Amino acid sequence: MSSTFDIVAKVITETSDVPMQNIKPDAHAIDDLGIDSLDFLDIVFALDKKFGIKIPLEAWTQEVNQGKASVEDYFVLKNLCARIDELVAAKSAP
Amino acid sequence: MRLEYFELLDRIEEMDLEGGTIRIASTLPETSPVFDGHFPSFPILPGVLMLEVMNQSAGYLLYRRFKRERFVFLGGVKRAKFRRMVKPGAKLDVRAKITHDGSGFFVAETSLKVDGETAADAEIILIVQDFPTPEAKTALAERTDYIEAASSVTA
Repeated sequence: MSSTFDIVAKVITETSDVPMQNIKPDAHAIDDLGIDSLDFLDIVFALDKKFGIKIPLEAWTQEVNQGKASVEDYFVLKNLCARIDELVAAKSAP
Repeated sequence: MRLEYFELLDRIEEMDLEGGTIRIASTLPETSPVFDGHFPSFPILPGVLMLEVMNQSAGYLLYRRFKRERFVFLGGVKRAKFRRMVKPGAKLDVRAKITHDGSGFFVAETSLKVDGETAADAEIILIVQDFPTPEAKTALAERTDYIEAASSVTA
C-alpha cells in the first residue's frame, strides 16, 4: 500500500512536471521544487480528491501570514504529509 | 449584454446556491467592435469570450453564494474546447456546476450552448478572496445589480 508521501509525490510529478527524483520528504514545495501558487492549487485539488479531504489551504495561508505558523509547517513535504494524515484520521474518527 | 464592458450575463434562468448550479441566458449583440476585428466580414464570438461568459456564470454563482462579500476570479483553465462558431445575435444558454469545493478555490464544469448544441465547454478553477478594497466591493455590487433586476430567480 502506498504511503502518503508516495501518493503526494506522484500527484506533484503528474500535475507540475517536477521530476520524481527531486521530490524528497525534506523538499520545500515552493523553494525547492519551484511550484508556484497556482500549481499548488492544482496539487491541493488532486490531493483533496485522492484522500477525500478538504485541505484547509486558506487557513494555513492565514496562519503563516499572521506568524502563527511557519511556511515550513505546511509546505515542506514531510510536514504536508503529516497534515494530510491528520485530516484523513479526523475524517475517519467517530 | 455589453460585450465591450465584459458585462456578459443578461439573466439568471436557474440558480441553486447550495447545490452549486446556475443557468444563465445572454444574447450577443448584432454589432460590436469585437466582431469588427474577429473577423472582418466574418464576425464570430472569440473563444476567449466564450470562456469568459462561462467563467462569469460560475463566478456569479459563487459571488452570490458568498453573499457578495468575496471577490471571485478565474485562477486557471484545466480544460477548454471550442466546438462551434457562434455568430452575432446568438442566444447563449450558459451553465455552470461547482464540482469541487476547495479551501479558497473551487472547480467548475461549464458549458455554453446555442440552439441546443454545445458550442464550448470548460473545466475551470475559480479563486475566492477578500476584495482588494471596499470600493471594489461596492462597485462590483452596483455593476451586477442589473442581473438580479432582470431575473425571475432570486437566491
